[in-house]
Amino acid sequence: MTPPDISTSADLSAPVVELNDVHMAFGPVQALSGASLTIRAGECIGLVGHNGAGKSTFVNVVNGRLTPTGGAVSYTGEQAPQDQVRNSARAHSAGIRSVFQELSLCPNLTVLENLRIPYSTMPRHRWRSLARTTVIEALDAVFPDHGISAHALVGDLSIAERQMVEIAIAFSKRDHDARLVILDEPTSSLDVSIARQLLAHIRRFCAAGGAVIFISHMLGEVFEVASRIVVMKDGRIAEARETADFTHDDLVEAMGHVVPEGDAAQAAEARAELGPEVARLPSGLSARQGEIVGLAGLAGHGQAEALAQFFLSRSSKWRADDRPEVVFVAGDRARDGVLPLWSILRNLSLATLKEFSRRGIVNRTAEAALAQDWQQRIGIRADKLTDPILSLSGGNQQKVLFARALASAAPIVVMDDPMRGVDVGTKKEVYRMIRSEAATGRTFLWYSTETDEILECDRVFVFRNGDISAELTGADITAENMLRASFEMQEAAE
Amino acid sequence: MNRELMRILLPVLSLAILLGAVFYLQPRAMSYFGLNLLFNLAIPVALATMAQMMILMVNDIDLSIGTFVSFCACVTATFVQETPLLGYAILLAAIAGYAAIGALIYVRGLPAIVVTLGMSFVWGGLAVMILPSPGGAPPPWLRTLMTLKPPLVPLAIIAPIVIALLAHLFVKRSSMGVLLQGVGGNERALERAGWSIVRLRATAYAVAGFFGVLSGMALVGLTTSADANIALRYTLLSIAGVILGGGEFTGGRISPIGAVIGALTLTLAASFLSFLRLSPDWQIGAQGAILILVLAARLLVSRREAAA
Amino acid sequence: MMMKPDTSNPVAGTSPNLLVATIRKPWIWSYLAALLAFLATMVLSGGQGALSLLYAALTFASFSVMVGIGQMFVITLGPGNVDLSIPATMTLVATLSLKFMGSEAGLILPGFLIALIVGLGCGMFNFALILLLRIPPIIATLSSSFLYQSLAIWSNRGLRIKPPEPLAEFSTSGVLGLPNLALVALLLAGLAWVVLERAVVGRWVLAIGQNLRAAQLSGVPVHAVRFCVYVGSALLAAVTGFLLASFSGGANLNMGAEFMLMSIAVVVIGGSSIAGGNSNVPGIWGAALFMFLLVSMLNSYGLGAGVRLVLTGIIIVTVVIVASKRKHSA
Repeated sequence: MTPPDISTSADLSAPVVELNDVHMAFGPVQALSGASLTIRAGECIGLVGHNGAGKSTFVNVVNGRLTPTGGAVSYTGEQAPQDQVRNSARAHSAGIRSVFQELSLCPNLTVLENLRIPYSTMPRHRWRSLARTTVIEALDAVFPDHGISAHALVGDLSIAERQMVEIAIAFSKRDHDARLVILDEPTSSLDVSIARQLLAHIRRFCAAGGAVIFISHMLGEVFEVASRIVVMKDGRIAEARETADFTHDDLVEAMGHVVPEGDAAQAAEARAELGPEVARLPSGLSARQGEIVGLAGLAGHGQAEALAQFFLSRSSKWRADDRPEVVFVAGDRARDGVLPLWSILRNLSLATLKEFSRRGIVNRTAEAALAQDWQQRIGIRADKLTDPILSLSGGNQQKVLFARALASAAPIVVMDDPMRGVDVGTKKEVYRMIRSEAATGRTFLWYSTETDEILECDRVFVFRNGDISAELTGADITAENMLRASFEMQEAAE
Repeated sequence: MNRELMRILLPVLSLAILLGAVFYLQPRAMSYFGLNLLFNLAIPVALATMAQMMILMVNDIDLSIGTFVSFCACVTATFVQETPLLGYAILLAAIAGYAAIGALIYVRGLPAIVVTLGMSFVWGGLAVMILPSPGGAPPPWLRTLMTLKPPLVPLAIIAPIVIALLAHLFVKRSSMGVLLQGVGGNERALERAGWSIVRLRATAYAVAGFFGVLSGMALVGLTTSADANIALRYTLLSIAGVILGGGEFTGGRISPIGAVIGALTLTLAASFLSFLRLSPDWQIGAQGAILILVLAARLLVSRREAAA
Repeated sequence: MMMKPDTSNPVAGTSPNLLVATIRKPWIWSYLAALLAFLATMVLSGGQGALSLLYAALTFASFSVMVGIGQMFVITLGPGNVDLSIPATMTLVATLSLKFMGSEAGLILPGFLIALIVGLGCGMFNFALILLLRIPPIIATLSSSFLYQSLAIWSNRGLRIKPPEPLAEFSTSGVLGLPNLALVALLLAGLAWVVLERAVVGRWVLAIGQNLRAAQLSGVPVHAVRFCVYVGSALLAAVTGFLLASFSGGANLNMGAEFMLMSIAVVVIGGSSIAGGNSNVPGIWGAALFMFLLVSMLNSYGLGAGVRLVLTGIIIVTVVIVASKRKHSA
């Protein structure tokens, strides 16, 4: 581990990073609007917020991976004029390190070899023994009794062990000492005792003059380790106070959305008669005919995997049904949905080709009519349906994917957070369409990261760590209940 | 550590079984000359396999290595032998050409499989232009080197061991080798840490070119002459060798020692049948069958690992 | 090259638009190149032998077209998909079927059937390796090709059996000034075009090539489609091997060798995307004609095989560079 050198630790409240009215826009989307924060040596900031609140944009601005579109970021100990060097290089030399959920290790290299990658100025001579002692020292410091060999291949380690290695490398001694370490859900795959070791290390690190940004859905951990809690909401810093000034309820309230006027109540009365159960997932999630079932919780807690698995279990890789049982609406368009070389027309008709074919030949009149029809119904804004799909905006691409699925006669529709990048007006249209389709007996399994979408559902399952942590129905479907179930409320450990 | 041993065990085991069968069928093969005869032609194959391994390590594939080795063999048998300075300059330029191709493939985001396919025509054409009909001669020093008779252990055994160890030192132990493996394992992580991926990829290709040159030279030294088609089969053999040795097409997972063993296994599989007194018709088939068997065995092992 | 159609001038006449549309077809270039090579040859010969050159070009291009179509479908499945067993399958099929027919005219049909069955077997074996043993397609088709090659050597035994007389006659003659082989290849190309452009299966192949996961999540039966493609490629190789052996007076163990690189080259030069998901049949014909005419042009200019190969290589690399978009900064 690295106790930052004495000169800095003597100055315990010196700022490490200062953000001054930082804005970050991705095209029309304002991911960060006017965030100002000073992070000082010796403090541990707990960063909390719901999906899309701007947490990851915020930390990516701090570590220099994103260059803000407005405002200024300044690091201590900077001599170089700010404009000449890339932000990431500035952050690097200021001792900013980050650990993200997507692993940045090379699985085909050993633990010690992985230190070589972030440590670009490592001396060549006897680098292996240097790397070995450095990594092992760091691991010993953060996770005593870790039992990880420096010579083990990272690919052979368990997920938890990989995460431990990555954390240790972030705290390790290098050319520039670590001044601020950003930890994004560092404990998500660690078991309780290991997580406690990490929390203890964070406290030691901060006591010695280091700073930490700690992002976690385990509020207990945040309360335990953070000296200050920053709550983000809609791209802004909603609250930033000493930890002692917060209670759990305050936090949930600060994170929460304003519930839109009485939508939930409407939803409840709309579902009069539901049919028999038509789907049951291994996780315990079940759905009845004509029901709109919501999958809620923080992003990445197993909802998407559960849906993809359910779809694949109900469809064959060897034969296509004339009347498929399930259709899928992708949310991660590039990965799961869009066929980038094709026109809007061909993208739209893919799932229904078999239903509208004669002797294996595509019925192109029916195909064109279908596409025309859906362009009207769902309002795809395009000049010609033969234009390439990539000429559409993200929201319109998403509508094409909706049409692809809804055009089929399949009784179950699986939706994997399908509203990303869709404007509000379209969302309302789609909600109405889903509701009327459900009324005709279609079942919807709907994973969403947005609260007001979940409020549209008849029944909601909240996921946490791959399991269902709550089942909500009727009037219980509220933003607050969902937040409570998404975040781990009890203390980190006894 | 344990699992890495397991991975190297499969190629070692297949070679050992094959070797055992040969010795059982023909005990006289268990001699200095017998071994030399069995593994003689393995030296250039092993070198070509190292070249292919460097490319597979960065998640590309090289369909031109066979014609490249042929080209280098032709240069060695003509220019290097007649006007050494020019000859070595040509070989150096060829290595630079390999590096340039590596950089081009990355910068333009090209499919390596097609670019190297195109290059295989280029190298093949150049080889034909240099040596339209079989001929040429190795430079004397090369002939002497390749026909060395060291005491106790024949060259055909020593050379592959030396090749494997040197490649292992570079790829697995050196700081540069680790970065090159990293390119195959998680390119984005390297990019984020500020490394120049173009430079790393060009380096990998240059090293591959270097091994290709060595392979061509070794081949001429052994066969005393060259022709433009002398090493066409090396493209497929080198891919097979890397895979047999525990390497994979993606993820930068390769093993130099394993790959050399893979090359030896393939060479031995070809000569094995003559010991069985089976017709040599089945030589290529035996290579294919061994490849399939080993890959099937590997699947079983990884299934069991996954289950455990 | 995919470009956005120019919509700034909607009142432009139709004929320039048609011209523009044609120029933007990726396959047009291979025909232009073929034409250029043809004209260059004619300049030297002063127009002598134009017809016989065209006849020869059509004949020899047919073989590249037939294997090229199979390879094109495989490559369309996306990165990593390529069939390296085409030459070995051709050789094996030719050897076995000619041996069975033993120059007997009466056995032509059963002989052809044998060719198809052997091809089917090869394709199924290839796909079994890919699916069941999870071997990457390159190494799977590579290792199976070793087996087929050996089988062919073993059954051939150095004998050169002549094809039955009517079959040899068929493969070397023509109707209406077109070689029969070219007619067969045209027919197969037409069929391939229908499958690719009009049939559901063709759409599925293209979808898999663009994004396997998205295709699967849209209900495409991915295993079945990939099975058909690999088997189809082997069947086309089988037909080609059968006809090539009939054409050249018997099976020969090296007869397939040049088709490994050739089958990939015609796909790439023909304008199909090597990254998968986008392919076109007409380009295969253009590229195959071009490859033959290029050789005869260089021959007639007295340039040797070496220059010819170097030029071929440079053309392939250039085509790929031109078709690519800049991805990374240096």
